[in-house]
Amino acid sequence: MIGVWVLLGAVVLAVVVAAVKRALDGRFRTAGPEASSRDGDGDGSQLEVLTPAEIGGELGARLTFVQFSSSFCSPCRATRTLLGDVVRTREGVEHVEVDAESNLELVRRLNILRTPTVLVVDPAGVVVGRASGLPRREQIEAVLASVGG
Amino acid sequence: MTTLSPSTSTSTPAGVSAQVDPRGLRFAAALTSLVLAAALLSVEPAREIALVLTAAQAVVFAIGAFLGVRHSPYGRFFGRVVRPRLAAPTELEDARPPQFAQAVGLAFATVALVGLALDLPVLALVALALALVAALLNAAVGFCLGCEMYLLVRRVAAPAA
Repeated sequence: MIGVWVLLGAVVLAVVVAAVKRALDGRFRTAGPEASSRDGDGDGSQLEVLTPAEIGGELGARLTFVQFSSSFCSPCRATRTLLGDVVRTREGVEHVEVDAESNLELVRRLNILRTPTVLVVDPAGVVVGRASGLPRREQIEAVLASVGG
Repeated sequence: MTTLSPSTSTSTPAGVSAQVDPRGLRFAAALTSLVLAAALLSVEPAREIALVLTAAQAVVFAIGAFLGVRHSPYGRFFGRVVRPRLAAPTELEDARPPQFAQAVGLAFATVALVGLALDLPVLALVALALALVAALLNAAVGFCLGCEMYLLVRRVAAPAA
């Protein structure tokens, strides 16, 4: 009988994980003192700043999407396609992809747990928001709308 | 008809950024779920059956992990029997993430086998249940739990600066 209960438990757990993932994927959270303490990021009171050298790409005049990817990651490719498509038509918005595996120090510093993780970086290199998982197009558009389209 | 026939896709050398039909991955995950569920249900009443099913699934995982998912029995069955009846895939996926996930599946199946062999049914049940959760997520929503774990494993494994 125990097998039946364990089987039911596994099915319930799978449903819960799928629901949580669906709710969290691509949701942009604002970085900052209050956001970090709410998320329990430990010290968290410091804003993270990235330099072009660290991410291996130029920062956009208005906004940069910094995407952390790894080789064993299927949604990373879809994220790359989506972000590439969004920035192509916009002035001053850049998309930079960082290989998480070869930048593990940066990954630890920014507390990146999943790929893809997309950071929203302002022209000064300050990380102002982040989302993990494949974002939806309207979530990207909402971030762009917050800096004036 | 499909642009990639099973014979041409399986002749692609493994590791050279091979591409797979995502529907084949979901199909294989569904079969994996069935086998793992059957193994889970037979741990208490018939441990020998659970041992045979888990061992068979471990072999499938091993073939997928070491030779590539297209070479696993489920992948071959999909390529020969299912895909010829479907429309051509609208998109293909990188074969490396699911191949890594097969290795994670093999690890869980191995733990389950140890549990069954050493008469530790709780260990076997937990390992089978976790593997089943991963397989169900893959089959139902295309979410690759093994792939998600990759960066976490790398973060822990690599020495901190």
